[in-house]
Amino acid sequence: MKKVFERPKSLRQAEFTYCPGCIHSIIHRMVAETMDELDITNRTIGVCPVGCAVFMYEYMNCDMIEAAHGRAPAVATGVKRVLPDKFVWAYQGDGDLASIGTAEIIHAAARGEKISVVFINNTTYGMTGGQMAPTTLVGQRGSTCPAGRDPEHTGYPIRVSEMLATLDAPSYIARVTPTSPAGLVKTKKAIKRAFENQLAGKAFSMVEVLSNCPTHWRMTPIESFKWIDENMTPVFPLGVFVDR
Amino acid sequence: MTNRKLMKGNEAICYGAIAGRCDAFFGYPITPQNEIPELMSTLMPDNGHVCLQAESEVSAINMVYGAASTGKRAMTSSSSPGISLKQEGISYIAAAELPCVIVNVQRGGPGLGNTQAGQADYFQTVKGGGHGDYKVITLAPWSVQECYDFMPLAFDLADEYRGPVAILMDAIIGQMLEAVELHDNFEIVDRPKPWAVTGMRERDHNVVNSLWIDVNVMEEVNLRLQARYREAEKNEVRYAEYKVEDADMVFVAYGCSARVCRTVVDLAREEGIKLGLFRPVSLYPFPSNRIAQITKSGCSFMAVEMSCGQMVEDVRLAVNGASEVLFYGRTGGVVPTPTEILDYVKQVYDIAANPTS
Ligand SMILES: Cc1ncc(C[n+]2csc(CCOP(=O)(O)OP(=O)(O)O)c2C)c(N)n1
Ligand code: SF4
Repeated sequence: MKKVFERPKSLRQAEFTYCPGCIHSIIHRMVAETMDELDITNRTIGVCPVGCAVFMYEYMNCDMIEAAHGRAPAVATGVKRVLPDKFVWAYQGDGDLASIGTAEIIHAAARGEKISVVFINNTTYGMTGGQMAPTTLVGQRGSTCPAGRDPEHTGYPIRVSEMLATLDAPSYIARVTPTSPAGLVKTKKAIKRAFENQLAGKAFSMVEVLSNCPTHWRMTPIESFKWIDENMTPVFPLGVFVDR
Repeated sequence: MTNRKLMKGNEAICYGAIAGRCDAFFGYPITPQNEIPELMSTLMPDNGHVCLQAESEVSAINMVYGAASTGKRAMTSSSSPGISLKQEGISYIAAAELPCVIVNVQRGGPGLGNTQAGQADYFQTVKGGGHGDYKVITLAPWSVQECYDFMPLAFDLADEYRGPVAILMDAIIGQMLEAVELHDNFEIVDRPKPWAVTGMRERDHNVVNSLWIDVNVMEEVNLRLQARYREAEKNEVRYAEYKVEDADMVFVAYGCSARVCRTVVDLAREEGIKLGLFRPVSLYPFPSNRIAQITKSGCSFMAVEMSCGQMVEDVRLAVNGASEVLFYGRTGGVVPTPTEILDYVKQVYDIAANPTS
């Protein structure tokens, strides 16, 4: 019988601890598939964040470093600078990348570090209980903005991809979401592109994935996908911002 | 082969790092250590190594974390406020059992303080500094030569004890000019680093991590670290003594303060006052046992620091009530003069030397 579906070799035989329907799981699989397809697993060092993806080092079948909150781009820089022939990716949430780690991501991008970053934007701090993030939409509720984000009080969501696209060094910056079959294909392609660029010796690449948090959004996974399409994409437009 | 040069302590740190086969330097400008990132930015690439100016001390220490994870010899340098910023990263490095070297050219504090010499980061450096139960092996050079000599040693200790090692200096040690012998009499041990992340190839994946959800496992990690610290306390105690044998009162001082105290010892002896100097070279592990031995001669002690009194607590613990422990300190970037220390000694000497009279 022909095998039509199997675990990528770059994923370990471990159970994800993500909530059902969480997009983290989908993107983990895509990262692993991409490593398989490019045959880079054995020379990859992955850097995982503090956030729901903190246990990524248990799931990925490559060498892994668990970084401090927000510092994955600096850690990845340290690795890539001393091992320029290895493949280095970092994976970060929006609290990690767009709040506490803004300096690290901006400067890694500005220096043109030859690393690939996967950025999971789910508009909230999933791991710590659904608090407001810098990406939380105006009016969106969180456990630290129970009445909804009030721009008078806490301003507006940060569009990281657009911000980094103003820099000269990055080779690829794209925003995608896997909420539809077409979106899944595009998301996978974007990740692959980001990885291929590094393999081609090109500078910094980042894929921002509009993601969900059904648990703290208090929605079913299907509702959460719809919410991304209806509420997130108008604020965070999908597209390729840099490709060179 | 001799290679004698006149240079600053900060510069000697850089040549020492090269001699100690440092692979990567990550820094951020702050006075009074700027000579280090400046010189490293030519020395390191000239020797085929990595040197990168980070966007902050936070990033610099996390770059060190990344580079050290690969098994390469990595270091950073900074001065007091910058070292404060690095503390979370140092805690992670200690917990993840990664070797690295951190140079602190201390300045006056707290706060932004000033760029003059201080010794008020003693607690932060030798008692842990960041969160959690960890220690940082700490070496305190008092000469430009020692700045050079201690770098290869620091990298070696970091590899052997798998943790961060600090070089604790101050603005004067960092910026004074002295002759230094750039020798290569170092034994550099290439320890295998099977834990390093370098790409898996034929082995299972390696993980550099400091997260242990199971409290019992986390306790085991802690106990493993503590066992290493006990080993270091046995094997890595370093100190120097000057005219201690017949002294009625012994200064305990490190770095810049120790240089001033040596002068005071000589001045005092000309006047018949028998002083000596005990200089801890490793601040952690602290030479407590040797200090305890010295108490048997019946002498008293005076800790001299450029702080309001930090190391003096370790002296008191070592002396453990067996002798009197006095303290003299200047702080905020003020360096005590030999005469002011001698005057203070004269005020307290009779009482301290003959506590019963
Ligand atoms: C220095 C520091 N501050 C705060 C935390 C607590 N913390 C853990 S995860 C997290 C937020 C993670 O949110 P995000 O990056 O959006 O990832 P998600 O969990 O949503 O995937 C915070 C604030 C920490 N571990 N370290
Ligand atoms: S808390 Fe939210 S982000 Fe975290 S695993 Fe659950 S659904 Fe995903």
